Amino acid sequence: MGAEMTEATGGIDFEDEEASGVVKKFMFVNRKAPYGTIYALEALEVVLISAAFDQDVSLAFLDDGVYQIIKGQHTKAIDVKNFSPTYRALEGYDIEKLYVEKESLDQRGLTEDDLLVDVQVMSSAEMAKMMSEQDIVISF
Amino acid sequence: MKFAIMVNEGVYQHQSTDSAYQFAKAAIEKGHEVPRIFFYHDGVYNASSLTEPPQDDRNIVSRWQKLAKEHNIDMVVCIAAALRRGIKESNLAEGFRISGLGQLVEAGIQADRLVVFGD
Repeated sequence: MGAEMTEATGGIDFEDEEASGVVKKFMFVNRKAPYGTIYALEALEVVLISAAFDQDVSLAFLDDGVYQIIKGQHTKAIDVKNFSPTYRALEGYDIEKLYVEKESLDQRGLTEDDLLVDVQVMSSAEMAKMMSEQDIVISF
Repeated sequence: MKFAIMVNEGVYQHQSTDSAYQFAKAAIEKGHEVPRIFFYHDGVYNASSLTEPPQDDRNIVSRWQKLAKEHNIDMVVCIAAALRRGIKESNLAEGFRISGLGQLVEAGIQADRLVVFGD
């Protein structure tokens, strides 16, 4: 690792970037609860890096992944960092396509009002269609 | 076709690392290219030089090394994921390199398919 590697670009020197100019549709699929495992936190790190590449980025939340963006997370008692405010910062990185599966909300007794960011709620069929239109789907 | 591969689970604990290896090997045998494999989450343990499996078991780390050497695969370990799990240059197995998450995004952009192996 050299000095040129920065947090913002994740080890890529854009001056030599062969792929610059290519815009692909990246979808990050979040299926797991925010705490208990590190998947959600490390997924968010990938999302933030992807913002530096000027790609067409979207996030999908389904299954227990919907809990990642629920309001009122308090993690002090488990001594883990509450990283949920980061989802609110995604807009500042021009990541504004946040999709939530309606069935996952319904099954957990949640509604859009319980979420801490603006999202587009869609059925699992619509979600499947959205996924099929992506170039890259990374599921966490 | 160019396949980039992402490995998200640890060695021996989880099938995904074996599946990723078998997929990469099969793809290459069929004439496809695997330019880069990116190791994330507990997948970074694939790159530990300290791994010592029993002799009657497969050696996952050396298996990756052999495949990468024979087929010129760039095996990249995420630095943030590696450091929080105790993988650093001093115990990084030969053939792997430590870099940033940008290498994953770049692999996705450059490859025809990105195949994710995880839980």
